Amino acid sequence: MEYIDTNSGDDSAEALVNSDKAQTARLTRRGGYFILPLIVPILLLVVWELLSRKGLIKPTILPPPSDIWLVFVDMIKSGELLNHLRISLWRVIKGFSAGAVLGLVTAVLIGLSPRVERALVLITGLLRPIPIIAWVPVLILWMGIDEASKITVIAIGSFWPVLLNVVHGIRNTDKKYVEVATIFEKSRWTLLTKVVLPSALPSIFTGIRIGIGIAWMSVVGAELIAASAGVGYMIMYARELSQADVMLVGVISIGITGLLIDYAIRTLETRLLKWSI
Amino acid sequence: MSENNGQALSISRLSKQFTIDTGTVQALTDINLRVEPGEFISIVGASGCGKSTLLRIIVGLDSESSGEILLGDQPIRTPGVERGMVFQEARLLPWLTVSDNIAFGCRSETPSTERNRLVREHIELVGLVGFEKAYPHQLSGGMQQRVSIARALVNRPKVLLLDEPFGALDALTRINMQQEVLRIWEAEKTTMILVTHDIDEAIYLGDRVVVMSNRPGTIKKIVQVSLPRPRDRSDYDFVQIRKEIYAEFFEQTNKPFAYAI
Repeated sequence: MEYIDTNSGDDSAEALVNSDKAQTARLTRRGGYFILPLIVPILLLVVWELLSRKGLIKPTILPPPSDIWLVFVDMIKSGELLNHLRISLWRVIKGFSAGAVLGLVTAVLIGLSPRVERALVLITGLLRPIPIIAWVPVLILWMGIDEASKITVIAIGSFWPVLLNVVHGIRNTDKKYVEVATIFEKSRWTLLTKVVLPSALPSIFTGIRIGIGIAWMSVVGAELIAASAGVGYMIMYARELSQADVMLVGVISIGITGLLIDYAIRTLETRLLKWSI
Repeated sequence: MSENNGQALSISRLSKQFTIDTGTVQALTDINLRVEPGEFISIVGASGCGKSTLLRIIVGLDSESSGEILLGDQPIRTPGVERGMVFQEARLLPWLTVSDNIAFGCRSETPSTERNRLVREHIELVGLVGFEKAYPHQLSGGMQQRVSIARALVNRPKVLLLDEPFGALDALTRINMQQEVLRIWEAEKTTMILVTHDIDEAIYLGDRVVVMSNRPGTIKKIVQVSLPRPRDRSDYDFVQIRKEIYAEFFEQTNKPFAYAI
């Protein structure tokens, strides 16, 4: 949608702004937009399959894609794979929600009050570099081997990227917009909800995307260490039984699920950020 | 000029210093100006003469170092909805539609039916009917500035401050917008103070043109423009006034040592 001011002459340099869109359109027209990303994975699968068939790769180490596919279909049919995925995903949803909400609230406090920022500078600096996996044994000791410890690991993992990105977004709020709110005598709450948070929205989304990625990694990590269900457990259990194909089904479904989550968030993002071209 | 509720803006002995790394900079020195209710005042000066600082002090974004500004008999210290401001960049919130941007200008206590009516009226006033749901990035520069003017006027401010509002627009759009502002001023009877570096624009719009000198920024001359509106830029009297104001600036450039620091 481009409007042209009938009363004035400045219909701006649309061509330049739209060059990205134009490029996408050109790719789509030639059918390259959807096909291009598929070439490398397909090539990889073909080479892998051929090498396996020729006996150059041991199937006990790396089974051919066709075998993995058969196991995958079997596990879908029996509901086993989806059941593990469902359990892991549910943990991610719970842990990520807790971590993201906590991160968002802390970020708003830090972003709006230099006092809070100063008060938290040391503790955040100290806790942030700790790898999430290092928390797993500690949390198992504190909370037991059940759900609570796993969800807490995920929450910690998603807390940091959300916190850092939202603080960054709040900091980058254009002072010019803040001045506009000041001139209209807006309250602090209006300033936050109508100016600061919308302007931080792109950064908030970056935080969410990175956060949910880490949450998904954390759940698998936690399940590898101690669990009786979930994709991480499935992989670990398959290793004990030397079922390389089941392991790879687990590994690949982690990738696919991650891709789908990211795609869902990006779709939501473009819908919510339609104001930013 | 009868509709304005008769509050003059008077600036007396106003000075402003900024502290920077290398010391203090005298931005404004001893500004005295009385703006009558409903009057259109243009302020011209080279960049860096403190004219924008003066507007920022009037609107309440900066504070004076000494002196006083009164609106009616009330001293101005903080921003207030009785003073509206239009900046050089439209400063529309990119995430709000045209309607929502204008509604953002409304006082928070305005009931929503009243708010909708005000927004509708002001969209009509600036000639943007049909663009209510558009986002700022879908509008041209001139249209964005119209929205910005509507947003500033929606509270019916007693004074509207315009800080080089057409500086970023091309020449044709600029002339068009000058006519628009004049039409709005005649319809609304708002007191207007326009800061510009365009001498023609200042004469075309202002009842009086305040000429400011460079560092320290102070009022050098106030030129009365008693020409009937709409004014003709090639009219003899218009040209005479332009010459008179140009002379103020040439005088300075002929003696470079006059502002060597």
